[in-house]
Amino acid sequence: MEKILSVNNLEQKFDLNRGILDKIKFRNGRFIKEERIVNAVNDISFDIKQREVFSLVGESGCGKSTTARTIIKLIEPKGGTVKFKGNNITNISGNEMLKYRKKMQMIFQDPYASLNPRQKVIDILVEPMLFHKVANNLQEAREKALDILEKVGLRPEQATRYPHQFSGGQRQRIGIARALAVEPEFIIADEPVSALDVSIQAQILNLLMELKDEFNFSYLFIAHDLSVVKHISDNLGVMYLGKIVEKGSKEHIFNNSLHPYTKALFSAIPRLSGTNLRKSKGIEGEIPSPISLPSGCFFHERCPYMKPICREVMPEEKEVEKDHFVLCHLY
Amino acid sequence: MQVQVKTSNALKGSAENSKLKTFLSSEFIYNYKRSPTAIIGSIITIVVLLTALIGPFFTVQNPYDMSTIDLSDAYKPPAWIEGGDSNFILGTDQQGRDILSAIVYGSRISLIIGVAGTLFASIIGITLGLVSGYFGGRVDALIMRMADIQLSFPTMLIALFLMTFFGRGIGNILIALCLVGWVRYARTVRGETLTVKKKEYIEATRVIGLPNFKIISKHVLPNVFTSIIVLSTIQVGSFILTEATLSFLGLGVPVTRPSLGMLCNNGFKVLYSGLWWVSIFPGLYIMLIVFGINLLGDFLRDELNPKLK
Amino acid sequence: MNKLLEVKGLKTYFHTFKGTVKAVDNVSFDIHEGEILGVVGESGGGKSVTGFSVIRLIDEPGQIESGEIIFNGTNLLKKSESEMNKVRGKEISMVFQDPMTSLNPVYTIGEQMDEVLLLHEKLNKHERRNRCIELLKDVGISNPESRLKNYPHQFSGGMRQRVVIAIALAANPKLIIADEPTTALDVTIQSQILKLMKKLVEEHGVALMLITHDLAVVSEMADRINVMYCGKIVESGYTREIIENYTHPYTEGLLNSIPDIDKDKSKLNTIPGIVPNMFDLPKGCNFSPRCKNCQDICLEKEPKLTEIGENHYVSCHFPLRKEAN
Repeated sequence: MEKILSVNNLEQKFDLNRGILDKIKFRNGRFIKEERIVNAVNDISFDIKQREVFSLVGESGCGKSTTARTIIKLIEPKGGTVKFKGNNITNISGNEMLKYRKKMQMIFQDPYASLNPRQKVIDILVEPMLFHKVANNLQEAREKALDILEKVGLRPEQATRYPHQFSGGQRQRIGIARALAVEPEFIIADEPVSALDVSIQAQILNLLMELKDEFNFSYLFIAHDLSVVKHISDNLGVMYLGKIVEKGSKEHIFNNSLHPYTKALFSAIPRLSGTNLRKSKGIEGEIPSPISLPSGCFFHERCPYMKPICREVMPEEKEVEKDHFVLCHLY
Repeated sequence: MQVQVKTSNALKGSAENSKLKTFLSSEFIYNYKRSPTAIIGSIITIVVLLTALIGPFFTVQNPYDMSTIDLSDAYKPPAWIEGGDSNFILGTDQQGRDILSAIVYGSRISLIIGVAGTLFASIIGITLGLVSGYFGGRVDALIMRMADIQLSFPTMLIALFLMTFFGRGIGNILIALCLVGWVRYARTVRGETLTVKKKEYIEATRVIGLPNFKIISKHVLPNVFTSIIVLSTIQVGSFILTEATLSFLGLGVPVTRPSLGMLCNNGFKVLYSGLWWVSIFPGLYIMLIVFGINLLGDFLRDELNPKLK
Repeated sequence: MNKLLEVKGLKTYFHTFKGTVKAVDNVSFDIHEGEILGVVGESGGGKSVTGFSVIRLIDEPGQIESGEIIFNGTNLLKKSESEMNKVRGKEISMVFQDPMTSLNPVYTIGEQMDEVLLLHEKLNKHERRNRCIELLKDVGISNPESRLKNYPHQFSGGMRQRVVIAIALAANPKLIIADEPTTALDVTIQSQILKLMKKLVEEHGVALMLITHDLAVVSEMADRINVMYCGKIVESGYTREIIENYTHPYTEGLLNSIPDIDKDKSKLNTIPGIVPNMFDLPKGCNFSPRCKNCQDICLEKEPKLTEIGENHYVSCHFPLRKEAN
């Protein structure tokens, strides 16, 4: 299958010091220059095929949302390349980017912050349509907007209401409708269900899958909930401290997880059977700061299988079986 | 086609009908009805505005028109004091001008300067604040350092300096008020813009690719507007005071167009010769106006500022 | 086992300008000594308000309308505010959802723990310090002596929640009410905190009222479960009984809509519709508009909470698998 997106050696860093003056610190009687750089995304690569759902999963601070925002160029990448359908979009200007903006859209996490409270639902949809000339005039745009609203499960009479008149789940439907408005081919969904109640979460997940079948989208799905990821994705990457530590198909990761961090994630999930926490050992400690990255393998401080080499050398990505990659010295 | 027109009409009609209704049944109105300060504040403000608007039709003189003024009416005390004239309820000044008429006409000038000054200052301040907050970086640093420098001087000092420089006149006062007033707007709007900018709905407009100008005017500005309204109410009051002070010091409006501050100044010269009413009544009226506006402003701040909720 | 807490007919209403919200409407339940009771439901179900009602921390415009909250033999609703202050933190303490805001950023954690001990325990300065160190050790914080001098911002989210738990345990309470204690945390940290809470509950013999939206968390932790919907308990019983032999359609819907990591589902079964407007609850059963088994009687008459098995209560006119009992 053709690749819709390919990400190579992507890097993203944020400088916490805003000016040169911020960098100078007074410590122990001396002035020192201190760099405080957050290494949010450290050299990651993955491909997304057409009509595929690729998920990035990991805990907060692992850089999954930053990756998404860098791909869609809300933040300029600091290194590596992003190719959309074979075209390098890494360093193109805002105007050149416009034609790709129409093809890639984003669904956001917080349904309470992702809709402009001063805009009516219909205007939220009509604005991007007219801007990208998906519709020729206001009349046509309105017709299309009502169609889309119906597709995401809202009634036409709700179109003139303001976002605050809707519940969280309905707002997320509006957010999805806005992404659909410009008829994209690729959608980035940044934790689209994590702020929703379980019964609503299931409705939205089902909706996302139905839309995918209808419009042949490809998704980049960002999530922290492994059970949601398992339900929705074809392939996935597990992220830890800005690195993809393991990637492969759903079957690879869920039936034959190899990386100690992936295993730890699985053992930490509470289960309905009610026996997981009692049995599992879990991992100690918390994610280290991305400002001062650990030496060697980023996971070595928490890893139950740590070897001396893990402290020194960052492991290389290894293809353990076909299309199943692990970043670990054990393999 | 028929169907299309119908849907669009339905969309329009229902929106207009419901807007007033939802506003009247909103929490804002509910709280308003239960807030004595808000009601007193708005009653005072409305009375003051009405007086300025239609008051001149009912006054006994036009204090600007020398032909209606009779010098023989001078030095009349208020009507309830012995020697008072029922025509001049609040007495007259040393030229025979009716104090009440002077207050009514003077409040017009004061209010116009307060409102217009706020309007102009807000336009400058909002624009700079939006630019500063949205773009950040060097533009932001430049604008905010300018604001910092200005804030390190007392407002009144700058206003006094500007007025000595420009000379008297309503236009000059407005310019001076703009130059001292934009800072508060710029800082408030910048702060709000920084918060709004981080919201996902702004990210969504950038994902769509909207140009910055559109994002700022259509998506950021409407969402910082409530704090602008709150600030403006309070600003009108403070500008009326600034103008009154300037005029009192003889640096404000021209003598031919006396504002309330000017009237105080007038009476101040004769205050110790027993003509207290010439100065005190305009002074009290300034107090009343500012008090009413501030009461309203307090209520609006509590209601509209989401940070206090 | 003795009943530690018995809530009877609790009603907590919020009187707002739009009307009255019956956030908790005629709720009765009990907690035994040393037991973990899970309270689950979606947002708006009234589970948090129930928790806050028990220690009478309901702010305007909310009000506890009626009912009895019998704790250790006395009715908390009859106590004065100053008597209540002796119960809060001492007999019943709370752990909140957001560890970032439930600690005061301007005091060190040592000072914040000390405050609770000072208020409720008769200890001298030295004893209090030792107790603080002991508590921090209990919740798994290394170098407790030096950590006492740290401010909340010097702790990560998981560590802060440990501190909050230590503070909750400080005065040896008999009951801890934990309102979504792990919702803001990552899974690996969540499992650490859950394990810790389970261990502490067993060691200290405290009862725990665990309020959460996550059925999986509850089934790992709780002895019994109350399922709440629109301010009412719709089903209540032993944990395994609820998870495996649920009888209320809402419980079924909740369980089915979770993507289960141990099973493959091509499509999730969902509960249709949304939680009804709390100002305008349906007549009859609150769940009737979303229920697939809805009959005429459900639209008319509100079902009563009835016992259908040992300690298994359900409030439904047509409970599922009735025949099994």
